[in-house]
Amino acid sequence: MHVPDGFLDAPTSVATGVVAAAGVGVALRKARAELDDRTAPMAGLVAAFVFAGQMINFPVGAGTSGHLLGGALAAVLVGPWTGALCISVVLLVQSLFMADGGLTALGTNITLMAIVGAFVGYAVFRLVLAVLPRRAGSVPVAAAAGAFVSVPTAAAVFTLLFAIGGTADVATGKVLAAMVGWHVVIGIGEAIVTGLVVSAVIASRPDLVHGARGLATRAPLVTSEAAA
Amino acid sequence: MGAGHGHRLHFHGHSVVHRAPAHLKVLALLAFVLVVVATPRDWYAAYAVHLAVLVGVIVAARVPFGYLLPRMVIEVPFLLFAGLIPFIAEGPRVAVPMPGGWELSLSESGLVAAWGLAVKGTLGVLASLTLAATTEPTDVLRGLQRLHVPDLLVQIMSFMVRYLDVVTGDLGRMVTAMRSRGVDPRSPRHWPALARTLGALFVRSYERGERVHLAMLSRGYDGRLPDPEPTAGAAR
Repeated sequence: MHVPDGFLDAPTSVATGVVAAAGVGVALRKARAELDDRTAPMAGLVAAFVFAGQMINFPVGAGTSGHLLGGALAAVLVGPWTGALCISVVLLVQSLFMADGGLTALGTNITLMAIVGAFVGYAVFRLVLAVLPRRAGSVPVAAAAGAFVSVPTAAAVFTLLFAIGGTADVATGKVLAAMVGWHVVIGIGEAIVTGLVVSAVIASRPDLVHGARGLATRAPLVTSEAAA
Repeated sequence: MGAGHGHRLHFHGHSVVHRAPAHLKVLALLAFVLVVVATPRDWYAAYAVHLAVLVGVIVAARVPFGYLLPRMVIEVPFLLFAGLIPFIAEGPRVAVPMPGGWELSLSESGLVAAWGLAVKGTLGVLASLTLAATTEPTDVLRGLQRLHVPDLLVQIMSFMVRYLDVVTGDLGRMVTAMRSRGVDPRSPRHWPALARTLGALFVRSYERGERVHLAMLSRGYDGRLPDPEPTAGAAR
């Protein structure tokens, strides 16, 4: 669901481009603060993982297929800033190297999928996690909730942009109903897969899951390195 | 990295367009699509000019159209969306006579909007494909560097591009292993198995990133990558 060129008019495209550039700039700084000089290889590899995950298509019905968007998943696994950065890099590479998503729509795509996707997903994740019991088992449930909300929210923001800078004379209500309705269905799939993937990572390497920090149930392994 | 030259969209060649500096090509692409997007959609003649410019570049690049056209399927979902607009858009309707004696009621402004979406999207995809077909990924990255895209961002992109084939290869082998055990990764019934695969892929990718970082440290990495070699495609 990468927005191509010409979907939104030029002023809206430029405006979302500015929003995206600012968002990516802040994300770069925040990710750097978190990962230090590991940023380039780690974020690059996580971006490659997100890209690979998006290659698996699921039948959504009516002969069309959807794929994992991964905003909430990346935010829960590596934190919202690094997650948003990784999704932005995926979109940049797809746009420049694979002609997937227009170059003028890059700002729109980054705003919707990286910024809104990761941050709405992460905010809902945090909210749900706060009301669930403090156990590692709550993390996948909260991640699924974050993924479920983030997809229709991104669709709703797209509708807003389409109402401002859309190039077709379609009633906003109709677009909103169609987009949000359709993306609720996609969101269910996204939620199930996100929750299952997070749960699989927690089962093997709970220490890698950013959203499960402080909830790891295993006793820490004391090594000479840790003692030193 | 085991992978050959270029990437899945690159079309090897030595034309003027292939040799042009990558940063100029990226700027030209950006300028072109911005002009296309900003062109009012009822300036039909202007679109003929845009298409002529683009076709001229493709001919100069000596990339066969038979190579580019199948790769445009990426755009099909949006053409379907554009095709729906005349049915759902507001405004005065026109009746289009159909074979079989019945008439199709379509929105006039919707038809214009659909034309605008289809033509702008198609020109954008074709222009982007031309950049991808004529420019090696490392050259695009170097071009972005020259355009003063933040260094860290270019580094992250270069790691993603470099390890893309490794990670997708990993996934490909896991999916083959799943299929050989009777699992269909597309079916929701097998999502738990697929999710464990993706979880394993995440752990593998993350750990690979850690190993790459350690290997870089052992070679004196201090947060900056050395300047890439001046010649394109040189052995690393």
